Parts: sequence; C-alpha cells; structure tokens
Amino acid sequence: MTRKHFLILMILMVVACALPFLVSNYRTFQLTLVLVYAIALLGLNILTGYNGQISLGHGAFYAIGAYTAAILMDKLGAPYWATLPAAGAVCLVAGFLFGLPALRLEGLYLALATFALGVSMPQLLKYHRLEAWTGGVQGIVIAKPEPPAVLIDAGLPINADQWLYFFALAVAILMFALGWNLVRGRVGRALIAIRDQHIAAEAMGINNALYKSLAFGVSAMYTGIAGALGAITVQYVAPDSFNIFLSIVFLVGIVVGGLASISGALYGALFIQFIPNIADEISKAAPWAIFGVFMIGFAYLMPTGVAGAIRLLLTRRRSP
Amino acid sequence: MDAFLHQVLAGLATGGIYASLALALVMIYQATHLVNFAQGEMAMFTTYIAWSLINAGMPYWPAFLLTVGIAFIFGILIERIVIRPVENAPVLVVVVVFIGLLVILNSVAGWIYTYTIKSFPSPFPAEPLFGIRYMSAHQLGAIGVTLAVLAALYVFFRFTPVGLAMRAAAQNPVSSRLVGIRVGWMLALGWGLAAAVGAVAGIMIAPIVYLDPNMMSGILLYAFAAALLGGIDSPGGAVLGGFAVGVLENVLGAFVIGNELKLSVALVLIIGVLLVKPSGFFGKLHVTRV
Repeated sequence: MTRKHFLILMILMVVACALPFLVSNYRTFQLTLVLVYAIALLGLNILTGYNGQISLGHGAFYAIGAYTAAILMDKLGAPYWATLPAAGAVCLVAGFLFGLPALRLEGLYLALATFALGVSMPQLLKYHRLEAWTGGVQGIVIAKPEPPAVLIDAGLPINADQWLYFFALAVAILMFALGWNLVRGRVGRALIAIRDQHIAAEAMGINNALYKSLAFGVSAMYTGIAGALGAITVQYVAPDSFNIFLSIVFLVGIVVGGLASISGALYGALFIQFIPNIADEISKAAPWAIFGVFMIGFAYLMPTGVAGAIRLLLTRRRSP
Repeated sequence: MDAFLHQVLAGLATGGIYASLALALVMIYQATHLVNFAQGEMAMFTTYIAWSLINAGMPYWPAFLLTVGIAFIFGILIERIVIRPVENAPVLVVVVVFIGLLVILNSVAGWIYTYTIKSFPSPFPAEPLFGIRYMSAHQLGAIGVTLAVLAALYVFFRFTPVGLAMRAAAQNPVSSRLVGIRVGWMLALGWGLAAAVGAVAGIMIAPIVYLDPNMMSGILLYAFAAALLGGIDSPGGAVLGGFAVGVLENVLGAFVIGNELKLSVALVLIIGVLLVKPSGFFGKLHVTRV
C-alpha cells in the first residue's frame, strides 16, 4: 500500500464516519445496508471472482446467517453482537459442507446446483417442523439494538440508527481487511491459480479440493455474517425475503462492482442499494429490468465492472 | 391404493410438462453446451402472450398455434441478438447473460401484466374424459399434447433434412460447415424450437399453477432435475426423466415429506445426480484429456 492509497483510505474513513451525522436516519439505515451488502458481495466475490466457482445461491447462506442471528436473539436472548461470530461459524460449516459435493461440479453444473439451493431455500425455511424456531411464514421480529450506555453517559448525541451504522462499519472494515489479506497472500494466489488453470495449479502442489471447499466455506461465512448484520438492521426475517432474487441481486452486485476486486464489492453494494430506489419511481418492475439490462450490458461491454473501469482510467492517466 | 394411483397419474401429467421443458433445455444444451437459465421465463412470457390473445377474443386453439409461432420467432431473435455475442465467452459471462435475460423477462412481464395472479383457461372439458376417474380432463389432455409435441419433434429430427442438418450441426459443427450447413442458423433454429416447446409447456401448466410472472421458477427446477436425471445430452432421457420427476415429486409430496418440501426433492435430485452419476441415466460420459 503506497502513501497515496493510505491517504485516500483515510479520507474515505473520515467521510464514512461523518456521513450518519449529515444525513437523515432513513439514509443512515440505507447506508448500513450498503455496508451489509458490501460484506456479502465480498464473500461472493471470493468464491466467484477469485476462485471462479459460480454461485447462484448465495442468498441461501445470507438467509442462514440471518436466521441464526434472529433465532439466537429471539429464542436464546443472545446479545446482537454475539450473533455475528455464531452466524459466521454456522455458515462456514454450511458452506464447507455444500462445497464438498460442489467440488465435483464445474462451471454450469455448479451454477445449476446452487441455483436449486437458492430456489428451494424459502420452502425449507417455511418447513412446519422447524416452525418453533423459524416462526414459519411469519418469520421473526427482533429488537433494535440500543447504543451502549457508556456512549450515552459520555454525552455523545448518537441514536440507534447511527450506532448500528458504526457497528456495521466496524464489522465491514474488519471483514474487508481480512479479505484483502486473504486474497493477496498465499491463499489468494492459490485461489486465482485454481480459477485460471486448475490442472497447472494441481501440478504445482496446490490442493484443489481443499482450497475450493475452503473458498466455499469462507465465502459462505462472509455472506452469513452479512446476513446476521442485515437481519439486525432490518429487525425482521421472513422466508420470502430470501428467495432466488436475493441471490441474483448479489450476482448483479459483483458483476457491476467488478469481479475479483475488493473495492468492487463496495461499488456493487451502492449499486444494488440505491438503483432500486431511483428506479422504483418509474415502476415496481423497473428495478429488475434495469438490473437485467445492466447485467447483460456489463457482461458485454465491461466484464471487469466499475472497479476495473476505474483501474483502467487511473492507469491511462498515469501513462498517457 | 386408489390415492396412490391418483398421485402417480397426476405426477405423469405434470411430468409431461417437465419433460417438455427439459427437452427444450436439452435441445439448447446439445447445440451450444449451455444450460438456459431463462428457459422458464421465456415459457412464462409466451404464456402471457397466449393469455392476451385469448382475452382479446381469439379461440383457444388458433391462439395456441399463434403463440407457439411467436415463441419460435422470439427464440430465434434471442439467440441472434443476445446469445450469439457471448457464444464463446467464459461460462461465468454466459451465466450472467442468462440470468440477466431471466430477470428482464420476469420484470417486463410484471410491468405489462402486473404481478396479480391470473387464471388461465383449459381447452379440455371440466368432466373427466372417457370416464377415467383418476385424472381430470386437463391432466389427460396435457399428457396428450406433450406426447404429440414429442412425437412431432422426433419425426422432425429423424426424418426431415433440416432436422438432420440440425443434428449434424450440434454434433460436429466444423464438418457440418464443410458440407454446407449454416451452423449459426441451425443453432438459432434450435433456440426457436426450444422456445416453442417451452411455450407449449407454459400453456399446459398455466391452468394448474395459475399465471404469474414467477410461476416458472419451481417448474424450471424440476425440468433441470429431469434433464440431469435423463442425461443432459439425451433428448429421450430428458423425456423419461421428466415423467420420473413428475411422479416422484407427486408421490413423495403426498406420502412422504409433505407438499411443503416439494422443491427440495428437485434440489436433492439435482445434487444427487450430479454427484453419483453426472452423465445421468442415458447421457454420454465425457472424458477430459489433460
């Protein structure tokens, strides 16, 4: 990381910390969701962007994370912050287990299997034997976390929305730092090698099976943590909000933001959070039409997404 | 026993519809080695067109035929405009384009026709045909229509020059080009036929599941399961797979796991087949040379 990068990062941090004091509570809530989506997209990007395994069912892991958090808080009275590691752990295991059979599947077949997972997830959540835990079709309503008493006593003017934003910001920074270290280190190079030339990677001594299922597990863990954070933010989980279209939204996010790019997760998250808001004014169906057009458009014209375009612009400016 | 027989026959009726959609998937897979994730939404969209035609006062069967024709042209257009540019692109790009197509068709249908559920007429009488009390007339009719479509396709591929050219183009594009077959157009034709078959499936299932923009997501899943079960490159296998999945889904749903988890049958089938026998029952085994 150069000095300039560090400076840009610092400025971004200051802006991120100042934002909730400058905008309305509703906007703060939306920005919190941007952070949540960014974590989920980063998870999907580790799997699809860096490791080349296509998942059309990451909404399912988001759902598992969200339900883990909701059940822990609602049934067991766990504090909200403690649900994140739990959701991460549950999804790590779930992702790893799903990744094991997925090892034998490549490309389209993996896309098919994960698509099936994404489509059938709401039905599994509604299953009547699990209703005592999941609340069936009604779902679970959870309480909004209050800012810690220490901050209030210290006289800081912070409300629940702002507190949640800062909580999400801290989690996001942690997850991004971890992700950044993961993909530029030994593991990340192995993941990219498997994506680009899995046979050559195997010949070089990379354990394809281990790394691929690990990528699945870690990716699911990120998405699960995002799911838990998302559940706490919207204070509600219900089976039908985790349908196949959630998985597709994530795919839109990484395609638009930029595959195999850390910063791309953030651009993608901004896109999937704010574009529907703007498009909703045209028609209820408009956001999806726009998503679809953007997906195909990016696939044709800008396969590296927004992050890739920015990178290209910067290198062009540097070397005219 | 009566209830069991009833479920098996009902399964055969929906199975025929899965079989048609699975066959559409296999046709596109054979020609281009792509799995069309938008197949269900294409069928849904053309079913809406049929609904509009019928609502505009057109009698059922002319509307049916016109819709199938429109679907055929629609399929060719999609291949020419959307799919052709990414024919040789990496799998991820292709999947993204298909999903984009799925989303666009879904939302445009919602935009034009709203998301309220509509009923769709059945051309068959309300009372059972030929005094068969185990099946409704629509179920029996749907099986009949499906079998007719399958027979027509078989005859087309087996006995017509165009069918032969299409099979050649799918099997060996390079040699086909050398003997003067326009491979690109054969692929487009394959898409057109797949869309037409999908339209028939959509029109036949609509009276059962009702018409709404999301009606096909579950059915597409069963069709995937059917195609994989029979072998994704075997048309006959896809048809048998479709009937098998239909029966399995109905019987398991009624007697074993309950209707709530029906979709999971498809999930388990898809993952199970891919793990245990990725080539399906009738598919060719593919060996990759390193």
